[in-house]
Amino acid sequence: MTIRLDRRRLLTGAGVTAAAAALSACAPLSASDGVRNVLDMAEQLTMHAQRLLLTGDALAREFTEADLSPVFKSNGTHSPDDAAYQRLAEGGFADWRLQVDGLVERPLSLSLADLRAMPSRSQITRHDCVEGWSAIGKWTGVPLAQVLKAAGLKAGARYVVFHCADEYEKTLDGSGRYYESIDLVDAFHPQTILAYGMNGRDLPIAHGAPLRLRVERQLGYKQAKYLMRLEIVESFARFYRGKGGFWEDRGYEWYAGI
Amino acid sequence: MDGIDRSAAGRAAPTRRVLVRRHSGTVRVTHWVNVLCFGILLMSGLQIFNAHPELYWGQYGADADWSFLALEAKRGDDGAIEGVTRIGALEIPTTGVLGASAVNGEIRPRGFPNWATLPGFRDLAEGRRWHFFFAWLFVINGFAYLLYGLIAGHFRRDLAPSRDQLAPRHLWHEIVTHARLRFPKGEEARRYNALQKLAYCGVAFLLLPVMVLTGLTMSPGMDAALPWLVDLFGGRQSARSLHFIAATLLVLFVVIHLAMVFASGLFNNLRSMITGRYAIETEEPKP
Repeated sequence: MTIRLDRRRLLTGAGVTAAAAALSACAPLSASDGVRNVLDMAEQLTMHAQRLLLTGDALAREFTEADLSPVFKSNGTHSPDDAAYQRLAEGGFADWRLQVDGLVERPLSLSLADLRAMPSRSQITRHDCVEGWSAIGKWTGVPLAQVLKAAGLKAGARYVVFHCADEYEKTLDGSGRYYESIDLVDAFHPQTILAYGMNGRDLPIAHGAPLRLRVERQLGYKQAKYLMRLEIVESFARFYRGKGGFWEDRGYEWYAGI
Repeated sequence: MDGIDRSAAGRAAPTRRVLVRRHSGTVRVTHWVNVLCFGILLMSGLQIFNAHPELYWGQYGADADWSFLALEAKRGDDGAIEGVTRIGALEIPTTGVLGASAVNGEIRPRGFPNWATLPGFRDLAEGRRWHFFFAWLFVINGFAYLLYGLIAGHFRRDLAPSRDQLAPRHLWHEIVTHARLRFPKGEEARRYNALQKLAYCGVAFLLLPVMVLTGLTMSPGMDAALPWLVDLFGGRQSARSLHFIAATLLVLFVVIHLAMVFASGLFNNLRSMITGRYAIETEEPKP
């Protein structure tokens, strides 16, 4: 029964979008919710298809030192102007702590030294921006799985929300703060790391110091920089505009594997 | 009576116009779905390209790396914004169309102009939404066509050039007659000519599969699932460039295809792709 309804919705939607194209007036129409809901079905289809193919922790390609981009482009925020962040940076991030809370057995407050003392992983991977460019960099950090195991997930935990120090869009209510979220499939992937090192050195501020996320099978906007807090949640609907990330709130797909 | 054009049949001339069954229902439906998909994929693709209107070769490529093609905007001596299309080291002024064009009446940096992109205004997220939805539709439609073509014998019967058509003499003859816009008549018009077959095969079995595969290679998720994709095209940025080049060749195909449709009889061709019936002149006796 559900399948029939879905199919009807798809067919109606396809008709609507066809008409939209024929009128060459897609701009006003594409904003309408009906069309958008139909188009959004492709994201679900893509995610389920890729998850079906990505069995057994399939790894993103790892390159060699010889493949590194000579210049790794810094995108988004280059240096957060938040006063508290600036003070932390001046102190070499000695006072910085990563909060891990939400649906966990043991909330954590980790210093950079704590993170460095945990098992680490280095990987040379390709960073793909949603705009189309790519850069290859070497990342060193602690697998997110290690941190999550140390904190212990409670029942109901489904997503990790990454709260960042940078406000990418200036607003009066602070709704322009950068954040991201991934589900546990990606959170426990071996290449998903909290990186404190880049190209053999400390992570530069332009690339998210002191800590950024690397989730290698997705696009650049998922690789949240300037991490301050990991919140384990059952749903990300209550954050900001409810779509699970800064760019997601502004129309981009939550599943950024394509 | 069915299939015979009365006005032609009534003439005393030795040839008669006969309506033959040209295209099967599957070919007609998949053709028009493809037209819709191609139009939307092209325009939303240009929107996506506009987010970074530069092409590279290899595994990586960004601002600091060498690009072989770029649609750039510069400030001229008078301070006005000028559009430049750069191919290698060659810079071609293309203000108004490529690199910089009118946005709300003002020349602004913009890869492709707003009349060529979907949506018209700059919105990468919206462009991606249209692109991926119609990419799925295009792939499903394409598989339906391929399956039909193999099972129903469409490829073997209609698309594979026959031995006599591939003879160099015959091919040369077709090139010359095409250039003079003279097309096969009579019995010879019952089948696709050799140039048609080669063009359709090139699109269906080479260009369109390359579009799909290079598109998938740009997905970091697909690259993890199917690592051979990256090797096949020599890197994600190569795949992105090939995606653009193959799209350009498809546009070229569509331009020539439409020109040929007009030149060889717009009404007859359109009718054949809508109703399936195509009129040919024949000397055969009445069936």
